[in-house]
Amino acid sequence: MTPPPPLLDIRALTVHFDTKDGPLRVLRDVSLQLAVGETFGLAGESGSGKTTLGYTILQALGPTARIESGAILFEGRDLVAVGEEELRRIRGRRIAMVYQDPRSALNPTMRVGAQIAEVLEIHERTPAAAAMRRAQELLELVNIADPTSVARRYPHELSGGMQQRAVIAMALAGGPSLLILDEPTTGLDVTTQARILDLVGDLKRRVGAAILYISHDLAVIAQVADRVGVLYAGELVEVAPTADLFARPVHPYTRGLLDALPHLDGVHGLAPIRGRIPRLTALPPGCVFAPRCDFAAPECTAATPALEEVAPGRRARCIRWPTVIATPRGSTAEVIERGTIARETVARETLGPDAALLSFEHVTKHFGGAGAMARRLGVGAPPVRAVDDVSFDVAADEIFALVGESGCGKTTLGRLAVRLLRPTAGHIVFSAPRPTDAQIVFQHPDSSLNPMKRIGPSLARPLVLRGLRRPERGRRVRELLEAVRLDPDYRGRRPAELSGGEKQRVAIARALAMAPRFVVLDEPVSALDVSTQASIIRLLADLRRTRGASYLLISHDLSLVRHVAARVGVMYLGRLVEIGAVDEVFRAPSHPYTHALLSAVPRPDPGGRGQPIRLEGTVPSAQHPPPGCRFHTRCPQKIGRICEEIEPPWERASATHRIACHIPIAELSRGAEERRT
Amino acid sequence: MTSLSPALGVGGAILALVLAITVAAPWIAPYPTTEQHMLDRLQPPGARFLLGTDQYGRDLLSRTLFGARPALGLGLGAVALGLALGVPLGLTAGYVGGRFDDLIMRVVDAMLAFPSLLLALLIITALGASTGHALLAIGVANGPGVARIVRSATLALREAEFVLAARVRGERHLYVMFGEIFPNVMAPVIVEATLRVGFAILAGASLSFLGLGVQPPAADWGLMIREARQYVFLSPWPLLAPGTALALTIVAFNLFGDGLRDRLGAT
Amino acid sequence: MARYALRRLASIALILLLVSAIVFTAIHVLPGNAATLILGEYATPEALRTLERDMGLDRPLVVQYASWIGSVVTGDWGVSLAMKQPVATIVGYRLRNSAFLAVTALIVVVAVGIPLGTVAALRRGRPLDLAIVTATYVGISIPEFVTGLALLLVLAGPSVGLFPTSGYVELTSGVTAWARHLVLPATTLTIVLLAHVVRQTRSGVADVLAAPYIRTARLKGASPRRIVLRHALRNALLPTITVLALDLGYLMGGIVVVEEVFAYPGMGRLIIYAVQNRDVPLLQMCALVVASVYVLANLAADLAYAWLDPRIRYS
Repeated sequence: MTPPPPLLDIRALTVHFDTKDGPLRVLRDVSLQLAVGETFGLAGESGSGKTTLGYTILQALGPTARIESGAILFEGRDLVAVGEEELRRIRGRRIAMVYQDPRSALNPTMRVGAQIAEVLEIHERTPAAAAMRRAQELLELVNIADPTSVARRYPHELSGGMQQRAVIAMALAGGPSLLILDEPTTGLDVTTQARILDLVGDLKRRVGAAILYISHDLAVIAQVADRVGVLYAGELVEVAPTADLFARPVHPYTRGLLDALPHLDGVHGLAPIRGRIPRLTALPPGCVFAPRCDFAAPECTAATPALEEVAPGRRARCIRWPTVIATPRGSTAEVIERGTIARETVARETLGPDAALLSFEHVTKHFGGAGAMARRLGVGAPPVRAVDDVSFDVAADEIFALVGESGCGKTTLGRLAVRLLRPTAGHIVFSAPRPTDAQIVFQHPDSSLNPMKRIGPSLARPLVLRGLRRPERGRRVRELLEAVRLDPDYRGRRPAELSGGEKQRVAIARALAMAPRFVVLDEPVSALDVSTQASIIRLLADLRRTRGASYLLISHDLSLVRHVAARVGVMYLGRLVEIGAVDEVFRAPSHPYTHALLSAVPRPDPGGRGQPIRLEGTVPSAQHPPPGCRFHTRCPQKIGRICEEIEPPWERASATHRIACHIPIAELSRGAEERRT
Repeated sequence: MTSLSPALGVGGAILALVLAITVAAPWIAPYPTTEQHMLDRLQPPGARFLLGTDQYGRDLLSRTLFGARPALGLGLGAVALGLALGVPLGLTAGYVGGRFDDLIMRVVDAMLAFPSLLLALLIITALGASTGHALLAIGVANGPGVARIVRSATLALREAEFVLAARVRGERHLYVMFGEIFPNVMAPVIVEATLRVGFAILAGASLSFLGLGVQPPAADWGLMIREARQYVFLSPWPLLAPGTALALTIVAFNLFGDGLRDRLGAT
Repeated sequence: MARYALRRLASIALILLLVSAIVFTAIHVLPGNAATLILGEYATPEALRTLERDMGLDRPLVVQYASWIGSVVTGDWGVSLAMKQPVATIVGYRLRNSAFLAVTALIVVVAVGIPLGTVAALRRGRPLDLAIVTATYVGISIPEFVTGLALLLVLAGPSVGLFPTSGYVELTSGVTAWARHLVLPATTLTIVLLAHVVRQTRSGVADVLAAPYIRTARLKGASPRRIVLRHALRNALLPTITVLALDLGYLMGGIVVVEEVFAYPGMGRLIIYAVQNRDVPLLQMCALVVASVYVLANLAADLAYAWLDPRIRYS
């Protein structure tokens, strides 16, 4: 018996974009197959071509893109060759696509239900009323609790998670046999992401469509995919069943990616890949990964290796694969060296607030809202309570982390710490000699540097403020660049010529130029690729050790926090709910919210995990926070009226660990143990 | 170096020509602008008068060439004045924000509630009709619009991370505004200014046409058209010569401004 | 929506107050006060002082302003110095005449400009688009008085005589005659305005066509026709509403010139008359009325926008 033909068969696909400097080949010789009902995870960093592949399948590339060669066979037709008319019948009905940022994917002036029903009107000519009923059924299918009312709403009236569900419902409307999901959870909070991923898993069972799941996040792919393909700089470098790929990666790039990923255990990962992703305009000869590869041999640069079968069902684009397989993971000299340095430098040292450098004392920050007069009259909006009565200390030479989802107030706290904002109530005591001893590194590499200034002047300016003379400044700028591992001739470059990671290095150097005693790191790596992330974190840890300073790390990434910080505070809706040493907070007993947060973190190990905890509903508005415990509206362990009425007291779990919850500590730890088993 | 876009190329070429004429007018004009040839009134183009003559027998070519001077002077001067008023105001309003911004923007909105020609008319009524007052009036009328553009560009940069970083390291507000924000606001300001020169020339010509700008017997396009009105059915040349020059110059600034916008990527 | 409208109304009231302050300032605070304006530069000091006392100009400025606003609000708009008639009567008549012109021009502009702009956006970079864009450059760059005179020359010259060269007749003396007087000034106004609206519509539609939700519609399998009609146009035309209101500003500036060219008895010509005759009571009311019309038009545009855009409606 011959096996059934694949649903989707991409054969030797090469796509280029026409640019001023000639064609830019963003996908080269990509071949992959999807079976009926299969979920294929496509992983890659920025610039790998993964999104282009999604659009290529639907023939929805921009006017400058050309399919140079290859075929895309889908249900017996070559999509490269079919006409526009035929394509329209396939789009939405046979193949549907969901992409990042659901908010912009939805028409802002059209009701959600109508946008879903439109698919049926286009393809089935379903009458309006019937289409609307079907739209509501679809909203129910994607686990929206009140489909009738959601169908009547406009996109901006829904939360990000709900919007993405609506977009998925729209994609399902035509009953497609292939669903392309392009970064569907990027930009969503981790607890929201967990529920969307649950939904995808659920749909796999119930709908039976094949799914092409595109993501930069290997941990997410590990949760959903049956098989995985890894793209690097436009080439598919490895294809394998998910379990095999994560257990025994073959291609050195896949290995590097997995080693770079921080694990929630706080021990594994964060080993950076050296070098940077090559520009498509200047690809290295032969294997594109060779310049960054620990296994590279002279013959690697001779010719582009083929994607060859290395085991049944496994293919890799590496001529050195027998050697790679024979070498245990993390055992090459380079990897050992990088890994251990990473671990050592981030090793957590100080504990406890014995010598507080920065103290938050009952700090509250409200934004906007009507004036006192208007509020007394009962008109006008209440203020946004971004931060409410938060107290904690950061010790000298300590890394303290704040975690929480978007809108929890962690960024506001960071800005309060560096005096960009003034507290509405409470005090912030900073015991360094100068106020400018507190500096900050931000999240977005694209906005962190003044685009009109070259790197040298950008770095020299803080030195001017410190009163340094010109020759001295030149020397210091070179030193700073060296400290962040950039070549001194970067002085003359403009920000636009730098990669994201390089810009972030310059931003770090600029903060260091003030010789700070305290640095706020506001999501310093969340906009960067995994391999770059690891090297920036390592750099930061290194710098702290050699220069001595406290860090306040603000992050949504719990795995990263576990690796880097000594102590951590967990925030929810403007409040601190738990604080303690990382190892304590990441273990029981913990606040029900912390527990849910940890449970939602995707892990790069397919399969093995207990009963996950999922938060229902959405975060309430910070303008109208719930009374009592702010988490009570979503708490899976709510004990009763007391949670709704009385603010929870701080309970001590240990000398360094406190939890704000009405549930007694003993029960919190017991409950956690029970759920874990 | 990328190739010139047609808009930038054509616009730039005409502008260069107008600029050259402005400078070289005394050397290339065949007659003095006020020299009257009473026997050759309202002549069509011919060998002696390449573009014909007006109702006093003055050479239209010479007057049109010299007319570029007040047009360009008024356009550039008024916009410079508008920038001098609008840029600091918009920058400050956008950067300081809050109540101050509210106040400034309310006033700007109120100023913008006047069609700019009306605002200019009000000012001229108070000060009297003259070239200088026209420049002043149009310049002031341009201020609020410039302030609005600068303010919205500033507002978009106020929370940019490099601006916040400058504040955290203790930079003075003036440095943050002019050292960090302003260079990034330059591109839209230059585009806006270029387009506004075109409109300022148009407004200036309108005032002269209404008799409220440049006064006779000076050679000015708007004024020439005002004088040509009565005789338009006798000879169209006194209208067509300055009219075409005026339209070409304004087209050039518009083309050049749009070309710049595309080139600089400003919105 | 009602709440939004109330909020906008409150801010409009404030802007109108500021507008009146600017009018007042321009006329009364700038060097040479109303009395000088009226009597001319060579008036004797005694005559000036007498007139100042009669007009109440010796009182503090704030008091003068307050009393002026008070009488404006109560409907006492004063008497024109040059025409010796109540300002309210003159302005009412002239405003109506200008409205004929403006409304005619606006209707044509909307009916022609929006389709042309949409077509240009859909054919971006093709010859048709290029032709439309070139035409708009010409349209915005030729001053109204040149266009107007050129139209006169071609259509109203002694040899052609299709339309009257100038003036206005009342509607009561025949619709045809009335309309014939309207054609040339209205056309002149339309040409400039049309260019603006076409440019705005073109860039609005082009922007929206590049939006991700248009790609969503395309990936649903929607036809190009459906994409334009159901998804693009509504979103693209929203900003055009605002631009139309702003264009009223150009329209009013243009109206001054156009009415002068065609000797059309509307607000524009009245303003010029007031300026030339230094008729202060007339001028300040004209300015206030024109600015108010503009402010109210913008309010109407904002409300229409809010009504059409759910994102604002509910905020």
